[in-house]
Amino acid sequence: MIVLNKAPYEQKATREAFGDEIAELGKENKDIMVVDADIGGSCKTTKFMNTVPKQHVNVGIAEQNAAGMAAGLSTTGKIPFVSTYAVFGSLRMAEQVRQEVCYPNLNVKIACSHGGLTPANDGGSHQAIEDMGVYRTIPNMRVIMGADYHATRKLVRQAAETYGPVYLRFTRDKVPVIYNENEEFEIGKAKQIKNGNDVAIIANGDTVCLALEAAEILESKGVSVKLLDMHTIKPIDREAIIECTKIGKIVTVEDHNILNGLGSAVSDVVAEEGNTKVRRIGVQDRFGESAPYEKLLEINGITVENIVDTAEGMI
Amino acid sequence: MSNITVEELKEQAIQLRQTAVTMVYHAQSGHPGGSLSAADFVTALYFREMNVNPEDPEWADRDRFVLSKGHVAPIQYAALAHRGFVPMETVKTLREYKSPFQGHPDSKKCPGIDISTGSLGQGLSCAVGMALAGKLDEKDYRVFAVIGDGEAQEGQIWEATQSAVKYKLDNLIVFLDDNGLQIDGPTNEIMPNLDLEKKFEAFGFTTKRIDGHSMEEILETLDEVKNVKDGKPKIIVCNTIKGKGVSFMENVVGWHGKAPNEEEYDKAMEELARGLNA
Repeated sequence: MIVLNKAPYEQKATREAFGDEIAELGKENKDIMVVDADIGGSCKTTKFMNTVPKQHVNVGIAEQNAAGMAAGLSTTGKIPFVSTYAVFGSLRMAEQVRQEVCYPNLNVKIACSHGGLTPANDGGSHQAIEDMGVYRTIPNMRVIMGADYHATRKLVRQAAETYGPVYLRFTRDKVPVIYNENEEFEIGKAKQIKNGNDVAIIANGDTVCLALEAAEILESKGVSVKLLDMHTIKPIDREAIIECTKIGKIVTVEDHNILNGLGSAVSDVVAEEGNTKVRRIGVQDRFGESAPYEKLLEINGITVENIVDTAEGMI
Repeated sequence: MSNITVEELKEQAIQLRQTAVTMVYHAQSGHPGGSLSAADFVTALYFREMNVNPEDPEWADRDRFVLSKGHVAPIQYAALAHRGFVPMETVKTLREYKSPFQGHPDSKKCPGIDISTGSLGQGLSCAVGMALAGKLDEKDYRVFAVIGDGEAQEGQIWEATQSAVKYKLDNLIVFLDDNGLQIDGPTNEIMPNLDLEKKFEAFGFTTKRIDGHSMEEILETLDEVKNVKDGKPKIIVCNTIKGKGVSFMENVVGWHGKAPNEEEYDKAMEELARGLNA
């Protein structure tokens, strides 16, 4: 049985987890590299650079070249992590990653901060709401977003230890540290936070903490909730979703467009495997704007209240 | 293969041209024009210059070859077949299901392909990554990349170029196949490159323009750059003729990506063979 931290939670951005873990990995393995495209300070790779400077490359503001160089480096046995913001890491270099990383199935990781609505006051240009969907559609790619600092550190390490292309997405802003630091995570395996039989809630990334709060409210009202942290949306954990179809009601929650992200990935499995209704909570196929992060979540209905209401509406 | 003579290399280049044209004829699809313009320096690289081993294509210390203008795969495939990386019969399978000779180079399917290419502008970045890895690991291998003049219109070429200079990659040698044509017409009409030598020089490369069909000049230039450890990447801009060696293909835009019919094929092979005895 999983033991979570108790509120009030410590608050930490998951980009910090990447920065801490990649520096550790770099010390342990000289083949681990970081390829920055000028925003290393913001993406938290400075510690890596200072720890293992020979394993650090900065190509400047040239993301397409960053992806291509990483591909070339990986052909010699290096394990490069290309680090930038999610909007650039998924779209500016999407074709380079397709052609030179995924098509030849090379050991390159795309590790991006500023996922979802978390670069809130930067506005819609910098809020990556389609990144996980872009990469979910490219063969050989794995797509991952950890829920908190500890989950993200474990998943970054697993990505380094797993051969092949991986997309990792982090938050710019602080999110609650819900997991114990000894909790283990496996790429492609959903983390079951709660087991229940009235409704299933499947969340990932920075919305897991919202889903957790919603589940606790539902439980206080006598609703039995199954709560999954689906940190990997590709390969998706089919077995875990099939278990949810036995309940027949699923609410998905994500800080991503409801098209092509977690909600879509869950719906793909449900469409094939189960007689189940899915309600998707996430960015409503609209661009963001400058606003506090909480306001942006509210505009899109990514709130504890909406998760509770949506779940109750299904039972 | 450093003991091969200039005359033998010239003959080898003609054989590669014949094989490349034969491949495209069998497939009834592919890119003969640029394959023929690149034939001479590709021959020089595979049959004299590069330290590669067909018995061990993934040998860690090998020289690397990146065909950034991946559509001219037939000329690289011809080199791989004649060099023994794949059986010669493979040349009859270009663009077929399960063939190592995919429409564009595929490192997962074909021995001797160091990285998949085909989307223009991207291979040079990969070559830069390989060269950087060589420097970091203190290895002596070199990386050879082939780009096109049309391809130099891609912005990423210049991103890669500035990185090669920043990281002092004197183990990177780029051949620019300046055949003057691209799929829609003359490069200077579609999007003028102006002076490519000066552009690369301004970025910090050592540059030289040569006759890309003179085996003597190609070899001389390769010798010149061979042991130069000056911290500067090199580019050899080659004046070439698209379709070189087949009269009706030479400088004709239409032969960028078209297969010859039987009559054209016979004529092409005959003309190329005559070149063999010229």
